[in-house]
Amino acid sequence: MNEKPEKLIDKKGLRLDGRKFDELRPLKLEVGVIGNADGSAYIEHGKNKILAAVYGPREAHPKHLALQDRTIMKCRYHMAPFSVQERKSPAPSRREVELSKVIRECLEPAVFVEYYPRTMIDVFIEVLQADGGTRCASITAASLALADAGIPMRDLVVACAAGKADDTIVLDLDDTEDKLGVADVPVALMPNLNAVTLLQMDGKLSHDEFESAVNLALEGCKRIYAMQREVLKSKYANVKEVEE
Amino acid sequence: MSSIITKVKKKQIEQFIAQDKRLDGRELMDYREIKVEQGIIERAEGSARVLLGKTEVVVGVKVETGEPFPDTPNEGVLTVNAELTPIASPEFETGPPDENSVELARIVDRGIRESKVIDTEKLCIEPGKKVFVVFVDLYILNHDGNMIDASAIAAMAALLNTKMPNYEIEDDEVKIKPGYTQLPIKQHPITVTCAKISDKLVVDPWIEEEQAMDARISMAIDDDFNICAIQKGGAGYLEPKQVLEAAKIAKDKAKQLRKQLDW
Amino acid sequence: MPTFFEDKQIVIPGDLLAEGEYVAGENTYLENNKIFAQRTGLVTYDNKRVNVVALKSFYVPRAGDIVIGTVVEVGFTGWTVDINAPYPALLRASEVLNRPFKPQKDDLPQVLDAGDLIVAKIDSYDRTHDPQLKVGEPGLGKITRGQIMKVTPTKIPRIIGRKGSMISMIKEETGCHIILGLNGIVLITGKTLEDERLAMMAIRRIEEESHTSGLTDRITQMLKTEKGKQEEKKE
Repeated sequence: MNEKPEKLIDKKGLRLDGRKFDELRPLKLEVGVIGNADGSAYIEHGKNKILAAVYGPREAHPKHLALQDRTIMKCRYHMAPFSVQERKSPAPSRREVELSKVIRECLEPAVFVEYYPRTMIDVFIEVLQADGGTRCASITAASLALADAGIPMRDLVVACAAGKADDTIVLDLDDTEDKLGVADVPVALMPNLNAVTLLQMDGKLSHDEFESAVNLALEGCKRIYAMQREVLKSKYANVKEVEE
Repeated sequence: MSSIITKVKKKQIEQFIAQDKRLDGRELMDYREIKVEQGIIERAEGSARVLLGKTEVVVGVKVETGEPFPDTPNEGVLTVNAELTPIASPEFETGPPDENSVELARIVDRGIRESKVIDTEKLCIEPGKKVFVVFVDLYILNHDGNMIDASAIAAMAALLNTKMPNYEIEDDEVKIKPGYTQLPIKQHPITVTCAKISDKLVVDPWIEEEQAMDARISMAIDDDFNICAIQKGGAGYLEPKQVLEAAKIAKDKAKQLRKQLDW
Repeated sequence: MPTFFEDKQIVIPGDLLAEGEYVAGENTYLENNKIFAQRTGLVTYDNKRVNVVALKSFYVPRAGDIVIGTVVEVGFTGWTVDINAPYPALLRASEVLNRPFKPQKDDLPQVLDAGDLIVAKIDSYDRTHDPQLKVGEPGLGKITRGQIMKVTPTKIPRIIGRKGSMISMIKEETGCHIILGLNGIVLITGKTLEDERLAMMAIRRIEEESHTSGLTDRITQMLKTEKGKQEEKKE
């Protein structure tokens, strides 16, 4: 077990990994990575490595649970046993159960669920490596996977967290900052509709600090959204180059 | 979680709220009547029963001894579990905890834990070896909306009612002595849940409002008006300005409820 | 009354395409007087109509469509057919036998078994029940030979071409018989394997470059070049 650092932010205002308070960790996004899935995406965010796959709309199983006027959205957030420092049992933990629910409720507002009655859309999220902020990275990838599947959407969903480390409101906490920091506020947004679809918090923040954290997280969301848009366009852009 | 609400009812609720009225006669910012009873389960170290309107929750606290977690050898353990018992609603089924009961338990847990209701170091008996383990079990007996706030109040009331057994260390063994000490409580967080209906926020949604709502947001507020836990729920969304509005509402209602409950 | 992109620009779900007096066309939706994209694709402004030509989409059944499907299950009174859509399709035994079904006499797997490919027409479909198929028209029924390929359903019109110009050209150049299922499944039957492969190559290329111009000429050229190479190999 590593020694706990005394301070998360040094005298120059730099964080343990050298970032400034409003800097995102490095991000990499890819779509269409899993051939069998109807849609898929892969994200690397800091040390997080997460795969999202979408199957559907397809026939609802079991049939008696099918809804006559809309599709059923299902989501499974799952962490691989080797994704964390101490091996995690493959059985779903209570945290994974809660996150599966919360992520589903975060993506559903973006989908036109009324279009495909009696069907199901399955979103599978596998965290291969975790380093704080996995739910946000998962949402960012899952939303790309839904778009990649050609499922009609109101907007993309993008997520980012902000929080408080030592005395400073910071953007995009990594695992150490999350564990040792004062508060963590993950936020998910449909950027063109200005709609918050996920918001959680744990820690202790004054009203003003909370407002700053939310605004900083929304700012982070918008930056990540620009990357989502690039990766969706790039699939097409390569093809466009062929035109002479 | 919501069962099917008729389209007619949903529209009715939406229209009422659009005019700042609610079907049960309340104002948008009114809570239902709250009744709290403590010490109702003698076998438990602490207990409480709360009625929030017709939503009924019983919480039992059991205090046992056990080993601490390896990364916090000086701290006791707090664990919260919730049961949505089948008697509480036609929607609840028997079986292992489903996502709704897991979410409920974790929301109440965060409210208690992050606001630091209990100084967990005071639960330490022998560092690294023995600590008190506080089990908080939420039992929903009737679901008429807003189980979150009702459970949070019940859990807090039960903890205020909780007594820890006295002990002494004899020959390197922990021996339970007769007599009890009140569980040391440092904070009295209140969780305030708002539902978004017709683009407005209403507090303490009852079951039909929950079935009609777009989304809900719950915030736990401590004695110093800090926000300690937040959970947005429901497959809808909130605008950023509504989030900040909910925070302000939570602060005001927490103050009012804390006074009402005399905490 | 503004538009926010240029014609044929790439857009993604949620992009604000137009505001004001416009009509929401394919793969777009209207909210608060604004038109947004629903899928990734190319936006087109056609007078007052805003469309998005989707990069990727899946087939939603429509009555009257010709589709190609795989029999996945032999039931008691008919077959369940996978038509590459969110819903399984049903082909009733009476449809195939052209008379009422007699459970004691008729052996369904003998007629069509799991794994068989069929060309069928969607007889009926609505939101409350799965699509029903019929095969009682010329050109429909069990497929016994040929190659199957899957393409994105939205590209089928481009493969057909204006007034069938593209598909006729491919048929002529390769000598293949081609059936285009509107569900994105294409059946190619040729005299030789090389001919079939040639047709598949052309179709795949059209799918990839469907949004570009001068495509018919390029594909014609490609086919002629490839055929030339094949002729050389034979000598």
